Amino acid sequence: MSAANILFYIMSFIALASAGYVAVSKNLVRSVFIFFVTLFALAGLYVLALADFVAVTQIVVYVGGILVLILFAFMLSGRETLNVLQHPDRSVWKITNLPALLIVALLFIVLINVILKTDADHLGWISDSIKTKNYITNSGDMTGNIGVNLMTRYLLPFEIISILLMMALVGAAHLSRKESVE
Amino acid sequence: MISLTNYLVVSAILFCIGLYIVLVKRNAIQILIGIEMMLNAAILNLVAFGKFDRHNNGGQMFALFAIVLAAATTAVALAIVLNVYRRYKTIDPDKVDQLKD
Repeated sequence: MSAANILFYIMSFIALASAGYVAVSKNLVRSVFIFFVTLFALAGLYVLALADFVAVTQIVVYVGGILVLILFAFMLSGRETLNVLQHPDRSVWKITNLPALLIVALLFIVLINVILKTDADHLGWISDSIKTKNYITNSGDMTGNIGVNLMTRYLLPFEIISILLMMALVGAAHLSRKESVE
Repeated sequence: MISLTNYLVVSAILFCIGLYIVLVKRNAIQILIGIEMMLNAAILNLVAFGKFDRHNNGGQMFALFAIVLAAATTAVALAIVLNVYRRYKTIDPDKVDQLKD
């Protein structure tokens, strides 16, 4: 077992354990902050998949942008969201949670079956890519390649997504403004 | 070299946890967190398979696009949540059940 494997297991354990804590936690603020840990551990997993640029983007956009936004909404929506804290009967094993647990367990069984039957390491195109040396090694020159590809091969999705992002941000600003006339 | 199946299993578990959060939580912001978790599971798959595409970087590129899309969705969703809170004084999706003003 190599060091990468051990790191992978540690990272995935941190990610899954913190995600599980977010799911079962009764404390809202704490679950938002634990979600930070999940995102950082996922960034570590991306690094282990040799996608360092995506990992840095994950930290910048998710941790720097989305979570701060979530915290803002959390604090702006005031006491009502925190009132849930006072309800004592919010344990995981409540009877109303049973259908959700059932659905999730069934979906998980289906997913695991599909994954084990797929045998992803021996798919056709992956064998081809290993044969033609078309897989990423840890030489650290991938960011330049991403930049070149972004401006040539993926130029159309790049432009479309930039316009979409602008529209979404303008729309969000429009939605959250104060209404002048009631 | 880490097997692809490991990534797929981790991503499947993460997706299921996200789905559980979406189904169970009674708070719009926590449901949003669950959706983000499911998106992250999908991105993990994209990145794991993107390792085998050195020339075109397909997986990593679309992982980046998915991250940007998640940012856009979150901004709009949080604006909607704030509006719902202003109107109904609650963000429990079960209690927001009127279509008219």
